[in-house]
Amino acid sequence: MRIVVDLTRCQGYAQCVFLAPEVFQLHGEEGLLYTPAVPGDRLERVRQAAAACPVQAILVGEEVAAGDG
Amino acid sequence: MDPGTLLARITDYASRPDPYPLYAELRAAGPVVRQEDGTFLVGGYHQIAALLHDPRMSADERSRTAPAPYEGTRDASFLRLDDPEHHRLRTLAMRPFGPPHSPHRVDAMRGEIARITEELLADLPADRPVDIVDDFAYPLPVIVICRLLGVPREDEPRFRAWSDALVATADIRPGEDTTEVERAGDRAGAELREYLLDLAERRRGRPADDMLSAFVNEPDPSLRLSPQELAVTAALLLIAGHETTVNLITNGVLTLLRGPEHLQRLRREPGLLPLAVEELLRYEPPVHLRERVPLVDIEVAGTTIPAGTSVMLALASGNRDPLRFPEPDRFVPDRPDNEHLGFGSGIHLCYGAPLARIEAQTALGALLPRLEGAEPAEDPPYRQNAMLRGPRHLRVRM
Amino acid sequence: MTGDPRDGRIVVVGASLAGLRAAETLRDAGFTGALTVVGDEPHPPYDRPPLSKQVLLGDVPADSTGLPVRRDPDAEWRLGVAATGLDPLARRVLLADGESLPYDRLLIATGTRARPWPDPRQAALDGVFTLRTREDAAGLAARLAAGPRRVLVIGAGFTGSEIASACRKRGLEVTVAERGPAPLVGALGGTLSRLAALMHREHGVDLRCGVTVTALLGDGAGRFAGADLSDGTRVEADVCVVALGAVRNVEWLAESGLAAGPRGIACDAGCRAFTRYGIVTDDVFVAGDVSRFPHPLFGYQMLSLEHWGNAVAQAEVAAHNMVSPGPLRRPHLSLPVFWSTQFGRNIKSVGVPTYSDHVVIAQGSLEAGRLAVVYGYRGRVTAAVTVDMAKSVDHYRHLIETAAPFPPPPGAADRALAADVPVPSDVPDPGELSHEPVVALTGHLPDRRLMVVQPPG
Repeated sequence: MRIVVDLTRCQGYAQCVFLAPEVFQLHGEEGLLYTPAVPGDRLERVRQAAAACPVQAILVGEEVAAGDG
Repeated sequence: MDPGTLLARITDYASRPDPYPLYAELRAAGPVVRQEDGTFLVGGYHQIAALLHDPRMSADERSRTAPAPYEGTRDASFLRLDDPEHHRLRTLAMRPFGPPHSPHRVDAMRGEIARITEELLADLPADRPVDIVDDFAYPLPVIVICRLLGVPREDEPRFRAWSDALVATADIRPGEDTTEVERAGDRAGAELREYLLDLAERRRGRPADDMLSAFVNEPDPSLRLSPQELAVTAALLLIAGHETTVNLITNGVLTLLRGPEHLQRLRREPGLLPLAVEELLRYEPPVHLRERVPLVDIEVAGTTIPAGTSVMLALASGNRDPLRFPEPDRFVPDRPDNEHLGFGSGIHLCYGAPLARIEAQTALGALLPRLEGAEPAEDPPYRQNAMLRGPRHLRVRM
Repeated sequence: MTGDPRDGRIVVVGASLAGLRAAETLRDAGFTGALTVVGDEPHPPYDRPPLSKQVLLGDVPADSTGLPVRRDPDAEWRLGVAATGLDPLARRVLLADGESLPYDRLLIATGTRARPWPDPRQAALDGVFTLRTREDAAGLAARLAAGPRRVLVIGAGFTGSEIASACRKRGLEVTVAERGPAPLVGALGGTLSRLAALMHREHGVDLRCGVTVTALLGDGAGRFAGADLSDGTRVEADVCVVALGAVRNVEWLAESGLAAGPRGIACDAGCRAFTRYGIVTDDVFVAGDVSRFPHPLFGYQMLSLEHWGNAVAQAEVAAHNMVSPGPLRRPHLSLPVFWSTQFGRNIKSVGVPTYSDHVVIAQGSLEAGRLAVVYGYRGRVTAAVTVDMAKSVDHYRHLIETAAPFPPPPGAADRALAADVPVPSDVPDPGELSHEPVVALTGHLPDRRLMVVQPPG
């Protein structure tokens, strides 16, 4: 699974960092960096983080399956 | 009825079980409505959200000129301070609790929260209806916040009394003389702060794995709370830590008992629990009202609110605003796009939100199997408080 | 085109963020026809912002930033093959492999590429990089991990500054050469560029402003060894990153008759492409970094934005309009927003800072490194930039959207001492930003009237 955070929406509430600190990190007070490829054993926490985001900026999903058709 | 009496009607104890029709009346009359006492009441989601992000809106009671703030001895915590002081104190308070300095603290408590939950469930009475509040939803967050701060659990009766007195001062009762309530709050606050400072002092040089230890043993003077700041901050965390989550968990149980189809669904799809807790925070938020004070005259949705006026933001009304949430009066466990106001928004967004989320998810998840076929023994009595709204008891036959 | 706009053949050229979000939105909007997405890179859509941050820090591999989908776009993906031409009369997209794809409606989202170092031989030196693609990032990250003695970054815009920040975080020596008086000055103007310069220097960057790089030097064996600067100094370094901005991928449209040039493809607020004559098409749409579109809040100026958020928002509008009859089409009106994380600080911008004549520091202070700067143009608020104050952005967004008077109303509890004292914004004059080709008209008969375009010298 992959995640992408819409950092234009992010306001640095850091709820995701609290709930899944191995995947999301704050650099400084509100700069969010994250691991886009979610390890399987962290998926549940990432889903919690996505649910908790006050601005609903975290998208969890599969990559495009790039075979033709 | 006169929309100018809405705040009085909302805070009337008789409205506690179901204030939502009054919020609908507020949004229809508003979204901004001046009350008889000069207070302004705001009920629309977009207006509330904008005001919570507006740097001209003060959270500090002392910004208020009408009605004048109570001249007491209580020092304000960061909950009721503005930037830059709010930012400084909240950042220092965050150091031992969350990112960027302590990102793993809350996550690392999951195991302990689950264990405490299981212990409480194992001790539930079998010979009488379970009181979800006293037997479960109250003790869980209290034990957790005690553990986190470093407060002995045995002292709970003492700080419960202080907390009750202080929370009463945070309530609003338009038209009532609250001088006695405020005085009692002053006494309780002073005793609680003294108690917490004493606990912190005992950890000086002998740090344990708790936040009081971290506060008192901070080596960098520029990152250290003064004793007064430490006491005020710790008091805030202790009180907020157990006056709000109890409502979230109890409201959750009540919502699931009243909607057995949701209970069934969550049992089938436990992965929905995080989303369901967010929906709960929208549908039955633990905090219904927050006060702000404009520092200059501001215009909201065509209404000018004079500087210094008390403005009550009805978070629970914003959460039910059909202009923001489709079918707002329905509980939808997997509601998408749920930017609710259950924890507020902006710089004052609830400090303990991640902890409350984990506690509520853990508590409700563990309770789900036991709620099957359970039913409330009665319509629950509510606590007096209109701002921190929740049942006082919820007796359930399991 | 006849019949239901939700049927037929749609081709999307460009398989990055805008192309993907458009494809998803087409399906969300009920498009049931054949959908083909063409991309010149061999990878499924991936996210680029982490490439200059997490990837250069060594926290995550370059090939791990694949974008998650919101829904299955049910598309045929033609990846690793570039579009080389467009025949708007026959409605066909020509591909590098010789094939041509027929379409009923076309979306162009070909984005940009890194502007290369102008001297190809110097650019070919081993150790000289640009940063745009997954491969660029993987190569650069590997070099940074190997511990070069010094990295030279040419250009202190957002990408260059983020690269310098990542290098310092890794403990590498960095020299940044910037033509302007300070970093980010072209994007944010004078006030914040001074803070940006301070951030560079506080973090140990060897920042050289007001200089250009005159030559990249090899070691005789084809490896980059250093560079000469216009002030006569020489920088010795093992790695060079050329961060001189982006070039829009429009060359494939040279014969298409579309209004495509160095600043992008002009389109209307509904994302429909213009021809060179300024006539709007009805079957060719544009979205993302490659587009130029008019925005009513900024004097209907044609904006070209290289912003993540604009790619998403514009792709959604374009896709919606591609499958909607005229009266149901929407304008692309969202406010430009972007962010940058560098030197442990979070910079967020809303509105168009370059569309300004004055600024005020409305909240916080430069000294604290935490502030909100508001930009105004002719007495209206047009932009705001926050540093570590992202929770204020929505407030300023509202001021911009409501064309609030500038300087903004006072009253913030943490208002700066100088909140009522606007200073010149010191940004490039919007009127001077143009690099338009010279256009001349020829012919006399109405159906023979032609336009001749001379590319800018």
